[in-house]
Amino acid sequence: MSARAKSFAARLLVYAGASFSMTVLLFIMGYILVRGIPHLSPALFAWEYNSENVSLTPALINTLYMTVLSLAFAVPLGVGAAIYLSEYAKRSSRLVKVVRLTAETLSGIPSIIYGLFGALFFVVTLRMNLSLMAGALTLSIMILPLIMRTTEEALLAVPDAYREGSFGLGAGRLRTTLKIVLPSAAPGILAGVILGIGRIVGETAALIYTAGTVPEAAENLLDSARTLSVHMYSLASEGLHIEEAYATAVVLLATVAGINALSAWTAGRLGRRSNGQI
Amino acid sequence: MAERRSDRGGIAFGPAEGKNVSLKCFRESLAAGLFAAAACICVLAVVLICAFLLANGIPGMVRIGVFDFLTGTRWKPSNNLYGIMPMILGSLYVTAGALLVGVPAGILTALFMSRFASRRMLKFMKPAVSLLAGIPSVVFGFFGLVVIVPLIRELFGGNGSSLLAACVLLGMMILPTIITVSESALNAVPQSYYEGALALGATHERAVFRVVLPAAKSGVAASVILGIGRAIGEAMAVMMVAGNWPVIPDSLLKGVRTLTSNIVMEMGYAADLHREALIATAVVLFVFILSINLLFSILKRRAGL
Repeated sequence: MSARAKSFAARLLVYAGASFSMTVLLFIMGYILVRGIPHLSPALFAWEYNSENVSLTPALINTLYMTVLSLAFAVPLGVGAAIYLSEYAKRSSRLVKVVRLTAETLSGIPSIIYGLFGALFFVVTLRMNLSLMAGALTLSIMILPLIMRTTEEALLAVPDAYREGSFGLGAGRLRTTLKIVLPSAAPGILAGVILGIGRIVGETAALIYTAGTVPEAAENLLDSARTLSVHMYSLASEGLHIEEAYATAVVLLATVAGINALSAWTAGRLGRRSNGQI
Repeated sequence: MAERRSDRGGIAFGPAEGKNVSLKCFRESLAAGLFAAAACICVLAVVLICAFLLANGIPGMVRIGVFDFLTGTRWKPSNNLYGIMPMILGSLYVTAGALLVGVPAGILTALFMSRFASRRMLKFMKPAVSLLAGIPSVVFGFFGLVVIVPLIRELFGGNGSSLLAACVLLGMMILPTIITVSESALNAVPQSYYEGALALGATHERAVFRVVLPAAKSGVAASVILGIGRAIGEAMAVMMVAGNWPVIPDSLLKGVRTLTSNIVMEMGYAADLHREALIATAVVLFVFILSINLLFSILKRRAGL
């Protein structure tokens, strides 16, 4: 084969690979939207869930609770840990190495193992039973490494001149961190938090045996509650409400796509800001 | 820079605030302590996860017999038979199949994005890949259930829920992982390599395939390892399409059960030894994942990502 033909074949191969990946995405999105949107009826958003009308509103409310609660644990811890790694610790300290290693390990653990751990630790050992609280604690460990990594990247992107200026004016390290470094890094941190929200909203395996599958809105922290993803799983695996399952998938996809776009937009703002100011 | 990091804020205390020095000192060290404690939570979490899995899983494994447990081919909790060989093989088969589907397409897409695509194409493809990464696994599973499974049933017969369905679906799910990591590895290859190849008379395609891609091989390998980790750890989507028979499959169209789906399916009602056997299944999965993580971090360091 001539060099020209070989090049052409190679180019064709690359184009075919790229089109395959894009087709996969477009097909999945398109299929679910086309089949699901016609079934987005007002009844699906009714206030109450019952066996005839499998409303998703309670699950949506639970998802909101779950997100807020998980972030309430994970964000302070993740941001605090990132501050320690980037602002306080010496690069070479042994603690930093161990923390990095364990964070890397945590981010590779599959969600079903988090679920099993949550079931053994929070549900059984700490006697929380299947509850919003147990689910949120499990998820907060799961998203902790994500929040830590994105926050650390955002903190490292803050120019050292800011810190030096603050020290030069007589501020201490705590004040410099809280008043100068954190606000400058806020968009990057926020983008990471939003990615974390995306993971919480999409999670199923870690929640089935920690938060349970009760399809009603939780009234307190120790109530069992299913989130939208778990709801979707129940509908799909019971097989009785396939139309509603399509519609629920549309709501789930729209939420995730919105969260993605929001995160990209926030991170983009960070890029523009630091370009403008350095 | 190193000096700044080691001074721990000591420069802040001027003579004008002499009275408050001790209070401020206290506040500073309290904050430093709190931040360090937050950092230690990660370590604590890993220790707790290991401790709880091992403490609950190992005794069961010992009671069943470690050898019988790992190599037994029959899983019949009602007859007290707990052999997880079918699930170990199931996970491996499913992962291998997913790699066959996902790796070529993923690497080619990464090549396209890194060396072929126009700026306008990239503006569309980057968000598309991150959206694909963000689709929840239940939605993937549902898609598999309503599209891939019926398609296989039509084309090849059988009931459709099969090893093949799981491989195809997981191949799609690991695409974004492989694309993003490979793409950043390809982008990290110095432009001078590519230009050198062109100067020697290579075409664009030859330069990309023979120079840029080999130079990025550690990073590309890391992306495949990360994909393996995702495929072997995925639970919900696989369970929805794989048929879940605890038997070693002898064809692509037979149902298959993975380590993950074994846990999800039976944890809800398992008790006593059965429950311990499921936790022991998770221990086996955990060992797999830890080895994959280790391999990944070695490759990542070598690739300098």
